[in-house]
Amino acid sequence: MGRRGHVGLAARGLAVAAAGALALAAAGCTSQKVGGSDTAGGGGGKIKIGLVTKTDSNPYFVALRESAKAEADKQGAELIALAGKFDGDNDGQVTALENLIQQGAKAIMVTPSNSTGVINAIKQARDRGILVIALDTATDPENAVDATIATDNVEAGRLQGQYVRAALAGKDPHLIMLDGTPGSTVSEQRHNGFLQGIGLPAGDPRILGAEPTNGEQNKAQQATENLLQRNSEVNAVYNLNEPAARGAYAALQGKGLAGQVVIGAIDGGCQGVQDVKDGKTAVTVMQFPKKMAATGVDDAVEFAKTGKKPSGFTNTGAMVITDRPMPGIDSKDTAWGLQNCWG
Amino acid sequence: MTTAAERKPSVGEFILRTRAVGPALALVVAVALFSLTTRTFLNADNLSLVVQQSLVVGTLALGQTLVILTNGIDLANASIAVLATLIMAKMALGGGSAPVALVFGIVVAVAIGAISGGVVTGLRLPPFIVTLGMFTIVTAAARIYASGQSYPVSDPLLGWLGNRQYLFGRIEVTYGMGLALAMFLVAWYALTKTAWGRHVYAVGNDPEAARLSGIHVRRTVLSVYVVAGLVYGVAAWQALGRVPNADPNAYQLGNLDSITAVVLGGTSLFGGRGSVLGTLVGALIVAVLRSGLTQAGIDSLYQDVATGILVIVAVAVDRFARGRQA
Repeated sequence: MGRRGHVGLAARGLAVAAAGALALAAAGCTSQKVGGSDTAGGGGGKIKIGLVTKTDSNPYFVALRESAKAEADKQGAELIALAGKFDGDNDGQVTALENLIQQGAKAIMVTPSNSTGVINAIKQARDRGILVIALDTATDPENAVDATIATDNVEAGRLQGQYVRAALAGKDPHLIMLDGTPGSTVSEQRHNGFLQGIGLPAGDPRILGAEPTNGEQNKAQQATENLLQRNSEVNAVYNLNEPAARGAYAALQGKGLAGQVVIGAIDGGCQGVQDVKDGKTAVTVMQFPKKMAATGVDDAVEFAKTGKKPSGFTNTGAMVITDRPMPGIDSKDTAWGLQNCWG
Repeated sequence: MTTAAERKPSVGEFILRTRAVGPALALVVAVALFSLTTRTFLNADNLSLVVQQSLVVGTLALGQTLVILTNGIDLANASIAVLATLIMAKMALGGGSAPVALVFGIVVAVAIGAISGGVVTGLRLPPFIVTLGMFTIVTAAARIYASGQSYPVSDPLLGWLGNRQYLFGRIEVTYGMGLALAMFLVAWYALTKTAWGRHVYAVGNDPEAARLSGIHVRRTVLSVYVVAGLVYGVAAWQALGRVPNADPNAYQLGNLDSITAVVLGGTSLFGGRGSVLGTLVGALIVAVLRSGLTQAGIDSLYQDVATGILVIVAVAVDRFARGRQA
């Protein structure tokens, strides 16, 4: 106790206070920006739109955010982009929604981490007359939001399945399935859609194994390596997304099997399309997050101006990207894919 | 050092000796800045929200403070709370009684706290390593128990802490706020006014000196982990009041967020010095930053940058203060 005098405490108190001021300098800067836009917009100021994504790290959500920003700029609206810190950060998403409500957002677009986790906060927003749109991932129940703008994930899975079946050219499938986060709705929808498309019932012995990968390349590689150790007769791999497909490819290549296996994916990121072009994967099913974000922002701006609310489910579509088109399956080549990929 | 002294301190001395003063000043400055620079920050609704947003991490940080005061650290705290939310939700969902589910969830949290404390004191292993192991084990256990699902909670008792009342007809308060305030006050009283509290500080300051002065060091440390486990169990209840959905993927960074609150609250990571009231303030600072920066139209990644800077500055200040006194 004697070692610590009162002087130190006082100094520390002042310094912590200074630290607070320092970290808040940032706040001062941007609030100027906010003030500026108010004057520029004339009476009432810019329309404020909030975006709450699952995370800030996944390139898919980065594409969603960037497109929403660009569209908002074009429309003369202000977009505030918030996110959870990790997939599953329901508290963080609720906090983001609450803060956007306080901030006076006219409309909020949300990509819920958990389909039921943010329902209460969404209700609070709608009770205050704020338009809430689910982007990319539906809520449960779906009518908890005013409208949903997303990929039909069952359809995306089905397209991958149909293509893989066609590419196997009559051979019996021996399938490895690489899924997303356990319990994720999107992961289940794509998985089930794929099985419909390839024509296998769940639990069929021709499914050599299904493993969760959280959509991460390293986990997908490890899972594939372990499954191959058990059974190397594989000729098809379903992937929830493109990073998982890259992991599967790396594992198959390590075993010298890459050439004989049809690898499918979903996403339509530029790297994923390039993988198709390079022949690493046979096919990817492109989603259109830019279109999702732009449609959402347009709907929000229209609501702010006219009070007209969008409703129901807007399917932003899914497109098969491959350089080996199969009869009966509508597809585009990788040149088109590279022009339309999202990041 | 915040223990009751031989004589009654004057008001001025009290302020200087209370470690929460520096952080409290920082909080006041932050609130003032956001109130001046944004039009939407300063109102009863928003201030109430800021408090609600800090409850779960604040409660986790309360338990964390106790452990850190003994010169330990608890990386498992949020994972314990997440497991407890799942136990509560799943038991109540399976037709079980909600009070039993609530109590059982808290009991499991206490038991895990006791195991951590038992290993730290019994095997004399570093708390960092022990709780890192527990963090890994409990996170996996929660996922196994949840079978990859999340469990919506509709039971009124489990979600009770989220209920709202309006003071003076317009200030929104939740039951969770009341409970958190009560817990912080009880912890503050126990740490500053009881023999147990003096022992906790003494053990964290210098275990050898504490032992020589007749304090049962291992028993004191063990009791801290058990109490911390109880606090994490209550944090689980708070979490269900805030988001009525038990999700095995939730609060993955809760351990680090709670350490952030403790550090911003002026408690030394080296043990023996600090205050739970400071931690309360620290948790509020994080929520004020997040809310205020959102009101100012700043995206979440930049909010994280601001929080990170603040943490480093706070620890640097602690180091600086120690260095000058040495």
